[in-house]
Amino acid sequence: MARANRPVSRRQAWWLLAGALAAFLPLTQQIPPWLAFAAGAAFAWRAALTWRQWHLPPKWLLVLLVIAGTVAVFLQYRSIIGRTPGIALLVVFLALKLLELRAARDAIVTALLCYFLVLGQFLFTQTIPTALLSCVTVLITTATMLAASDDRPEPLLQLRRAALMLAQAMPFMLLLFVLFPRVQGPLWGLPQDRHTATSGISETMSPGSIAQLSQSDAIAFRVEFKGELPPQSRLYWRGPVMPAFDGRTWSIRQTLGAYPEIPYPVSGPSIDYDLTLEPNGKFWLFALEMPGNLPPDSALTSDYQPISRQIVRNRMRYTQRAYPETNAGINDTRAALNEALALPSGGNPRTRALGAEWRNRHGDDGTAILATAQEFFSRQLLIYTLNPPLLGPDLVDEFLFDTKRGFCEHFAAAFVYALRSAGVPARVVAGYQGGEVNPVDGYLVVRQYDAHAWTEAWIAGRGWVRVDPTAISAPSRINTNLAAAVPAGEDLPFLARTDLTWIRELRYRLDAVTNGWNQWVLGYNPQKQRDLLAGLGLGEPDWRSMTAALAVLCGVVLLGLTAWVLRNRRRVDPAFAAWRRFAARLASRNVVWRDWEGPLAFADRAARSIPAHADTIREIADLYARLRYAPAPCADDLERLRRRIAGFHP
Amino acid sequence: MLATLRHRLHEAFVRWAVPVRAPEPAPIILTQRRVYVLPTAAGLSYGTALIVILLGAMNYNLSLGHALVFLLAGLGVVTILHTFRNMALIALSPGRCDPVFAGGTAQFALVLENRRSDARTSLRVFIGDGEPVEIDIGAQSSVIALLPIAAVRRGWMRVPRITIETTWPLGLVRAWSYVVPDLSCLVYPAPAAKAPSLPWTSDSSRGTSREGRGADDFAGMRDHQPADSPRHVAWKTVARQQDGPLLTKLFSGAAAAQVWLEWSALPEAMGTEQRLSRLARWMLDAEAAGHAWGLRIPGLRLAPDHGATHLGNGLRALALYQDGAR
Repeated sequence: MARANRPVSRRQAWWLLAGALAAFLPLTQQIPPWLAFAAGAAFAWRAALTWRQWHLPPKWLLVLLVIAGTVAVFLQYRSIIGRTPGIALLVVFLALKLLELRAARDAIVTALLCYFLVLGQFLFTQTIPTALLSCVTVLITTATMLAASDDRPEPLLQLRRAALMLAQAMPFMLLLFVLFPRVQGPLWGLPQDRHTATSGISETMSPGSIAQLSQSDAIAFRVEFKGELPPQSRLYWRGPVMPAFDGRTWSIRQTLGAYPEIPYPVSGPSIDYDLTLEPNGKFWLFALEMPGNLPPDSALTSDYQPISRQIVRNRMRYTQRAYPETNAGINDTRAALNEALALPSGGNPRTRALGAEWRNRHGDDGTAILATAQEFFSRQLLIYTLNPPLLGPDLVDEFLFDTKRGFCEHFAAAFVYALRSAGVPARVVAGYQGGEVNPVDGYLVVRQYDAHAWTEAWIAGRGWVRVDPTAISAPSRINTNLAAAVPAGEDLPFLARTDLTWIRELRYRLDAVTNGWNQWVLGYNPQKQRDLLAGLGLGEPDWRSMTAALAVLCGVVLLGLTAWVLRNRRRVDPAFAAWRRFAARLASRNVVWRDWEGPLAFADRAARSIPAHADTIREIADLYARLRYAPAPCADDLERLRRRIAGFHP
Repeated sequence: MLATLRHRLHEAFVRWAVPVRAPEPAPIILTQRRVYVLPTAAGLSYGTALIVILLGAMNYNLSLGHALVFLLAGLGVVTILHTFRNMALIALSPGRCDPVFAGGTAQFALVLENRRSDARTSLRVFIGDGEPVEIDIGAQSSVIALLPIAAVRRGWMRVPRITIETTWPLGLVRAWSYVVPDLSCLVYPAPAAKAPSLPWTSDSSRGTSREGRGADDFAGMRDHQPADSPRHVAWKTVARQQDGPLLTKLFSGAAAAQVWLEWSALPEAMGTEQRLSRLARWMLDAEAAGHAWGLRIPGLRLAPDHGATHLGNGLRALALYQDGAR
């Protein structure tokens, strides 16, 4: 087509620059600074080219720049495939394409590159603000495409037309979004860089590691309970279990045997809930103690932590049932328990002596030792604080007998150490405790500052029993929340503070909106799609019924839009409408106006037939003729014609 | 090879698409059934880009990526409607077409009428594979498109198939329609480039020279009248007397001289077309010189006269001359 070869006009060049900027600006955070600067320079060059109407740079220079850009991206990332290098390359191409706007075809290519960059942005963030921002980008890019095919309308008009067309495309988007058969990705191997570092509980616990998390109000997961909300003190979200201790750091077992099913018999009342887990970059799934079922594609470690088969890189939702009164591991073998008794040789002599003393007093009676230990902890008047003093090599001794100030990891570590010294198998369990109910949507939100560490002791005949030494000294941490437990004046994350009511109110609302967005827009996966469609009465939704429903509904929308777009409101000329009324009145007197008849000739004929009204007829015909044929008809002639005809009753 | 196949397919499509009863009665309304829509090259790239975006969104489980691709797909559908709407229900009627000489360019006028209350934008109208004429039609108004086409042979030239197309608004799809309006152009024979001077015969000048003097004798001057030939304006006199009125030179005999342009007087060796060319040249020359001229060709005789109508009649007779008609 000759049209595709037409040169790009100045106005079109401005439009393309605007579209490219709209696509590029949100990405500046994600690409290396040198590229952002280089692209910015290319945009400025483009602006100068358009402003001054300079000649485009020669082709060889552009080829050289493309090669240079590609090599630079490769050197930066050691790859040109994958998320970030791919986007960096797209930015290079977009910036250089703008310097090569020769024909209308180049304009289309540029617009398509902009659309790709919008997708690229979603790889990094999919929040509501991002979505709104990309709406703006898509709007500008679409207006650019409009301008590429017709650059005469003013920019505002162009934007309005683009907005109208996008608004008309909306129903299709909604239908396709809901009904297009979803496929669970990835379709092919994900490049490794998809995984980004996330903060959260780690594989090890040393003094200060959980206290560090208490400064973060990032969300770990959200929970929707099916029934009553259980009391705060029951909300122990089990995470990594750490039996290994090297004198300072607790860590998870390195070789994990895993149960494909729940290995223990469940008992007691159950709690049903759906958990939406934020990506944590680990295999871990969190669940209320003790899990009674396993999410799909997951297993239970030998120390009863649910883990996924794949690293949790995307937000995922799973349904869980917990049995808080279940005793697990009653039949654990001696070998397994030995690991929960191991202590490094030496160190912490006072705690060891204490343990040995308990052992002498109670012998093998684990229950009695446990009770003694709990009583000891409460007698020590330990203080729960976010700012514990630094501890030396014998940290358990120092915490229990000297400083007496610590955070949950100190409590848990000291408690397990003491129990092990007394010959009772014990281990540290990390996870989250509590959470905050959002009154707006009823979800329980668990944040990083809800991270907690507690302990489990193995008692013959009862299995693993949960003991939370923090609860002994700071019951308010367990019964309410972190802010209630730490002394006033300590640094808390902004959102954990309880004094700013209106901010909390606002946050609840924002968070409910975000959660709805996460659940229904971002979390709309094949499973959710099936559930929704089944709920809408589409029994057994599979891709066939979805496609059929999609086709039918799209057809309906298309018909509606077609009718609207092709609407052909024939606007009858008001003067002619009045004239027709007049003719109809005369027709009742058997004077029929024929449409080829001029008004004056007709008036003559009618006046002869109805001489009584001859003057009125002539006046009306005269008015009509003037409205029709006068070079500059009088504005109020129409009104007069109407009044005359309204008062005309032959 | 591929190009030939494409061309053939296109021709087959046109045969199917253009109504058999061409030319069509006016006004031709581009109803839904005769507007065709297909994606352009840009539209195909757009579709491909959409598929790539969809695959990316699926692979990375990007819900917003899905939303983006679905929005753009919706936009693709909507643009089909808009492009179609831009074309549909235009009323076309043939306009006038001034006669031209063979070898010149005929300008077919096509009246495009938009009865809707919003404008039509960026329509392209072209004949055959010719250069497109780009037009917009305002709300409830009409526009005349002048379509140029080379006039090759004398006689009536029927307008060939006319294509109307648009890719507005996004350039992703092209809507087009074919029409064959009842529109013809009269093509006069090309006047011969070199021709002998007018064939004054003893008979022709003798019988008509009322004054009995030479045809070019100067006979005086009078005020200029609009109908007078500019060749006879007394430019030198006008130049001499500043701000004076234009004056026309009168020639005794010249204004009244008449010449017969005769088919049979031409050499036997000349073919039909050559004869027609020569006669056309003479007519123009005679008209330019202000002579009255008559025409005698087999089957037709035009009495001597001059003026635009007479010239038109003469040229028309030459254009439509057929050998069998004698």
